[in-house]
Amino acid sequence: MDFSIIAQNFNLYLQGLQTTVQLVVAALLIGLTLAIPLALMANSRNWLLRGPVFCFSYFFRGTPLLVQMFIIYYGAGQFEFIRNSIWWPILQEAYWCALIAFALNTAAYTTEILRGAIKATAIGEIEAAKACGMSKPLMIRRIILPSAFRRALPAYSNEVIFMLQGSSLASVITLVDITGAARIINARYYSPYEAFITAALLYMALTLLIIFFFKRLEQRWFAHLRPRERQ
Amino acid sequence: MFDLHGYGPSLLEGALLTLQVALISLALAVALGLLGALAKLSESRLARAAAALYTTIIRGVPELVMMLLIFFGGQMLVNHLAGWFGYQDYIDVNPFTAGVITIGFIYGAYMTETFRGAILAVPPGQLEAGYAFAMTRTQVFRRILLPQMMRHALPGLGNNWLVLLKTTALVSVIGLDDMVRKASLAAGATQRPFTFHLTVALGFLAFTTVSVLLLRWAEQRYSIGVRQD
Repeated sequence: MDFSIIAQNFNLYLQGLQTTVQLVVAALLIGLTLAIPLALMANSRNWLLRGPVFCFSYFFRGTPLLVQMFIIYYGAGQFEFIRNSIWWPILQEAYWCALIAFALNTAAYTTEILRGAIKATAIGEIEAAKACGMSKPLMIRRIILPSAFRRALPAYSNEVIFMLQGSSLASVITLVDITGAARIINARYYSPYEAFITAALLYMALTLLIIFFFKRLEQRWFAHLRPRERQ
Repeated sequence: MFDLHGYGPSLLEGALLTLQVALISLALAVALGLLGALAKLSESRLARAAAALYTTIIRGVPELVMMLLIFFGGQMLVNHLAGWFGYQDYIDVNPFTAGVITIGFIYGAYMTETFRGAILAVPPGQLEAGYAFAMTRTQVFRRILLPQMMRHALPGLGNNWLVLLKTTALVSVIGLDDMVRKASLAAGATQRPFTFHLTVALGFLAFTTVSVLLLRWAEQRYSIGVRQD
């Protein structure tokens, strides 16, 4: 094995790292923003609110991310009205299509995580909020969401790691993320071990970083659950 | 919109291949998962360390990177090894083998965690009773542990299967003619990408739905001896 190839082309990997991080962070932010109202809708008693969310999450959780990406990137061009719309410049770009697919995908999974967390809210807390005369939006903002976020945190950290790993699919539609960089190096030098092991190490480093970050966050958010220290 | 321009049979062929890859990978994953779980719970420190390394590496590396590494790297490795043993012809690692090995290997790690939890859920007294009847270790495993742990393993196993099924889409990247690649080919030929990719998505949804129904039935079957409220 000859890792000098990697050292020479490390800039390519750094560029890939940047693309990966950008895509993942943007997708997660958009996904989480979408997931909050969707999760509230999924817990609603109204069938008209619950139904569409169920279909959305069923579709995006039941089909491969790769296929979702293909539908958006290749599929959008099939329709005349999309090609003539103002969205076409965006839907033509692999970067934006990957981002849209990732964001919708993670939104579906996050919705499901939050839905469960919201459903598990202690009934007493809601009754107390009502007894204090809180309006529904105030109750959602002050009581339901904060405790639901806390309960959702461990599952959400898994989702973040899955999103990071799923983002490697961006390389299939020609984007140069970490995996894309590795594929270029492999094609140029025919050195699969060096190319892909370097990529694997970068992903592992990112994964460890995410785990570390969520550990810190959990320590903060679950501070009230830690055994009390003796004085 | 669902005019498949005569590519229907081709997509069906692809769907069969997708199922084939998924089922063979599942068998490999279950075997690796059982081995991994036994290693994680074993008294040997070496076995535990090896199993921990296995699950940590798999969880940190994306499936696609692993698949490309095994597909391209495995090709070189096999030919190097064959060269050492004096075999001169070029050996081709086909995408099917590479895909099945990768997916089996990855989901073996997830199965390890599932089975480890399930084994721990079987009361130790059950196993001790088995040994007290002078059963051998394999007999205890097959007659006592396996049937009882299956009930606890099924929900996790079912989830892993659903994720595994969707992961098979990746084999299209290394050139295997599964459902996803057949759709890409058909889309290229007919200029109808949305139709074909959506059809494949619906195919996956159908597989998922059938799996969920079967799993529900299996869970009920394995819980027959348990009281339910």
